[in-house]
Amino acid sequence: MKGTYIKQPNRTLQIYACLFLFVLYLPVLFIPLFSFNDSIYVRFPMQGFTFNWYVNLWTRDSVWAVLANSIKVGFWVSIVSTALGIVLARAITRYRLPGQSAIIMFAMLPLVVPGIIFGVALMVLVNRLDIPLSLYTVGLGHLIICLPFAIATLLPRFEGFDRSVEEASADLGENGWWTFWRITFPMVAPGIVASLLLTFTISFDEFIMTFFLSGTDTTLPIYIWTQLRFPREFPTVLAMSSIILALSFVLVFIALWIGRMGIVREHTQETKQGV
Amino acid sequence: MTNSDAFISIRDVGKSFGHFRAIDNVSIDIRHGEFFSLLGASGCGKTTLLRMLAGLESVTTGEIFINNQAMSDVPPHHRPVNMVFQNYAIFPHLNVAKNIGYGLRKLKLTRAKQDEMVDEMLDLMQLTGYGNRRANQLSGGQRQRIALARALILKPKVLLLDEPLGALDKQLREQMQIELRRLQRSIGITFVFVTHDQEEALTLSDRIAVMSSGKVLQVDTPAALYEGPQTRDVASFIGNMNFLEARVIGPVHGHVRLDVQGIGMLEVPAQGAGLAEGDAVCVAIRPEKLTLHEIAPTGSDAAVQGTVELTSYLGERSHFHVRVPGCETAIAVSSQNNRIQHAGTSTEGRPVWMTWEKDALIVLEGKVL
Repeated sequence: MKGTYIKQPNRTLQIYACLFLFVLYLPVLFIPLFSFNDSIYVRFPMQGFTFNWYVNLWTRDSVWAVLANSIKVGFWVSIVSTALGIVLARAITRYRLPGQSAIIMFAMLPLVVPGIIFGVALMVLVNRLDIPLSLYTVGLGHLIICLPFAIATLLPRFEGFDRSVEEASADLGENGWWTFWRITFPMVAPGIVASLLLTFTISFDEFIMTFFLSGTDTTLPIYIWTQLRFPREFPTVLAMSSIILALSFVLVFIALWIGRMGIVREHTQETKQGV
Repeated sequence: MTNSDAFISIRDVGKSFGHFRAIDNVSIDIRHGEFFSLLGASGCGKTTLLRMLAGLESVTTGEIFINNQAMSDVPPHHRPVNMVFQNYAIFPHLNVAKNIGYGLRKLKLTRAKQDEMVDEMLDLMQLTGYGNRRANQLSGGQRQRIALARALILKPKVLLLDEPLGALDKQLREQMQIELRRLQRSIGITFVFVTHDQEEALTLSDRIAVMSSGKVLQVDTPAALYEGPQTRDVASFIGNMNFLEARVIGPVHGHVRLDVQGIGMLEVPAQGAGLAEGDAVCVAIRPEKLTLHEIAPTGSDAAVQGTVELTSYLGERSHFHVRVPGCETAIAVSSQNNRIQHAGTSTEGRPVWMTWEKDALIVLEGKVL
């Protein structure tokens, strides 16, 4: 007997899941596919296999400059948003705040508010304050987009945190500062790493905010967009996109893996404790 | 007890969570080197009181003195106490040795000295060779010993234990009880031990404070608590007890004459001086202080006749429920099975006589609940 119907493999659902993923990623797969195509036109039949577009990419200084910008912005945005996320997650889980659920809701709101609205609003604000558009204003916009992701990644780590462990540290003679560095920080570290990677990726890929808030210095997605006007440049853009795609996948995968790893470890430990 | 030999002095301490009085005006003195237990049902405030000693909860009113020093403004990390938490609170990201040596950072010792102290503790706790293990690879008893070692390595003046044996199975718990007692004797520091298990408290403690709804009902040695409970709550919480309603008839040369339900007139030593004629009181007696006789005893002035209603055989002793005319509830009697109990000789339904020593009766104020 195969057990209950719940445990039986469901062939239809399996096929559906595969189909779902296929349809989801099919358009995206054309990008790396045509980045190796020896023609400036994206159409079938494909002409031949080439690395030219990647080589071409390599020799362009402007690409390296915007890539450096993107990494710079992503680096700082990930650190600041994760730091702010840590403080907020800590405050929400540790203290009984009045209006706690409202705070969480508002912190998560940028997830659903259209980026264009935030972008325009910030641009108007920045103009009014006579702040020149620069990578700093870009970073500010990215921060708004990234913060909810940081919180969503960090909150479960802090929620699963056993408070008596910190109390034990205080009892053993460590003050709040040392308790944080010796106990709290290492225990939530997987969540922090996951948050850093995730927010970096989001900042790196962010377009709308950057579009409204960038000055002469811009980031990689904007650069790609401007290059689209020149048909001859298109295959190079495809090559660049493929690289970004691959790196994004890897980063997000690592982020999720690290985040989950910590939780799994804690879980097995709890079950052992329960025995 | 005078103030001078109190090492921990809890003075009129109260604690409120909003409108809830978790601790209600508690005063306890704990001597140096004493094994002191806080005993009570869950929610009676015993853990809150312990956490206040550790500094993990603030004191709403009153003051706690440890070694004659007021503790209100002393944060937990500066108090001369260490605690063993109920769930042990082992640091999951550190190995056993680092858990035990956690508090040594502030002592500014050399690496070698620290390792030596940790190894010493591992030996003491019979965890030799476990230093590099992760905490989640250990059993409940081992984790408990790590929590103990982690606290003791700092040589605290007071060790606070919050139901440390609660999570262990019966056999391990009994073994750890013996180990704890031996440890406390050998290092001579003050233990404050929180438990809801009265047997555990009786076994381990020098003195016990029985708590209920944030108040301390009685502080006494285990024997004094068991033999001479001062209130009915204490009497019923510790061990089993028969309660009989009684009314004060009047004093008779140093004794009090009582009319006890189902028994009749009794004269008992005047314990409570405040008893007046007509007061409703209750008389309490432990099941094992009653002796059963199958034939009417001769020469005894106080023997009560009843019928055996129920017998439970518990191996080393048997429990009987004896129905006495005029008593609402059956009286519980416990007797040691000194002789071999033959099967088939059921005593149920048989008439019996009960006798007791005069001083076995305890007179408590108030009516039977």
